[in-house]
Amino acid sequence: MSDKLYPVAIEVNGTRRTLQVPARLSLVDCLRDELRLTGTHIGCEHGICGACSVLLDGEPVRSCLMFAVQADGHKVTTVEGLANTDGTPGILQDSFCEKHALQCGYCTPGMLIAAHALLAEIKQPTDAEIRVAIGGNLCRCTGYQQIVDAVKLAAARLSTQATDGFKNG
Amino acid sequence: MKAASFDYVRAASITEACELLRQDGGDVKLIAGGQSLTPMMAMRLTRPSRLVDINEIDALKFIKLDNNTARIGACTRQCVVAADNALAARVPLLRRALAWVGHTQTRNRGTLGGSLAHADPAAELPLVAQVLDARLQIRSTSGTRTLPASEFFIGPLTTALEAHECLEEIYWPVWTEHRTGCAFTEVSRRHGDFAIIEACAQIAVDADGRCMRASFGLGGGGTIPLAFPALAATLIGTQLDDAVLKGVTQDAAAELDPGGDLHASAGYRKHLAAVLATRVLRAAYDEAYGKA
Ligand code: FES
Ligand code: FES
Repeated sequence: MSDKLYPVAIEVNGTRRTLQVPARLSLVDCLRDELRLTGTHIGCEHGICGACSVLLDGEPVRSCLMFAVQADGHKVTTVEGLANTDGTPGILQDSFCEKHALQCGYCTPGMLIAAHALLAEIKQPTDAEIRVAIGGNLCRCTGYQQIVDAVKLAAARLSTQATDGFKNG
Repeated sequence: MKAASFDYVRAASITEACELLRQDGGDVKLIAGGQSLTPMMAMRLTRPSRLVDINEIDALKFIKLDNNTARIGACTRQCVVAADNALAARVPLLRRALAWVGHTQTRNRGTLGGSLAHADPAAELPLVAQVLDARLQIRSTSGTRTLPASEFFIGPLTTALEAHECLEEIYWPVWTEHRTGCAFTEVSRRHGDFAIIEACAQIAVDADGRCMRASFGLGGGGTIPLAFPALAATLIGTQLDDAVLKGVTQDAAAELDPGGDLHASAGYRKHLAAVLATRVLRAAYDEAYGKA
């Protein structure tokens, strides 16, 4: 294949990454195959399942519906970027484990990204708001209820943490 | 990699985008949010030789309001349109419709102009453009022209846009009548999918609940979403009682020519069209009359 290569610089999980990509390389393929960040999953590759969700400049988008060249100059956060700095699971991720919000785990990175974006905007979401936020993400295993429970648990934990932090600080 | 090979150019301005389109001839495509184009490229339903990316053109991203119109740049993201309270106060149907458009992840990327230019027959925003009689400003290297929605949509995924033209901004008329109400609804397999049938309406009434102005439309029932100005005009002066509503909505449904597929038969779609048209007209009327 003799595709022309384009230089791109993308800030991925806080680190500037530069690489050469063919124009038709999707952002999700770039993240997984070129940058070896395999946390982001590929399901349908045409914008139906939500497994490939990442944050683009802080907003959740589907990384199979973007070409990597389009991300040049932008910031991408993948599920790897949601962990604590020491690599242990963050509060949201831990809440998913706690509430059995995953079985095969295929949808999980997309669910985590969607839920993370929701909690960044609404600290104490209602069930309905959670369902809307994950409405673009398909899960074939859990029946969704445990995912809703996990997001609620994370919201509660995050708010206690915020109050504690306030008291201590 | 699923798409066929193509060249990529990021346009820095609308002038540059138009210049690139003019130079390239037929095989070039603009990419805005890419929420429909990218899957079509992945499935190789389309294989442009070059993509001109207009996502970084800030001059195409704006919402400008005055008393009688709202002007929205073609590359304004759907999430931005939905979140704008001042816009929702003037053109409430846009926010109502956007609640049915895709999901957070697609609205964060998808644009207003992209949805209109893509012209899916069952998409929500083209229906709103028809019902509100939006005007679309189109640019090319030889200047600009403006078309009403009724002349812009031509067929499934087909608009009046020529290969060398770029949708620049969309003008939405603001209804200034105090008692104005609107409604949007649809039936789809899953929320966020394109509609099996969609309907929307906007109505203004006087203090006695008599209809002063009305517009409504249906999508998913043919090659393009349709508004029914002649039928809507017969609602003027009425209080939308059941008999009037029944006549108007059945006439509207009769104008549709839906196909049948595995999701819904043609007969079911026609039935649904009259039911949903009745619902949105009733809801828009009630909202308008409910305003003190
Ligand atoms: S892989 Fe992107 S939405 Fe399914
Ligand atoms: S846990 Fe298996 S798809 Fe969601």
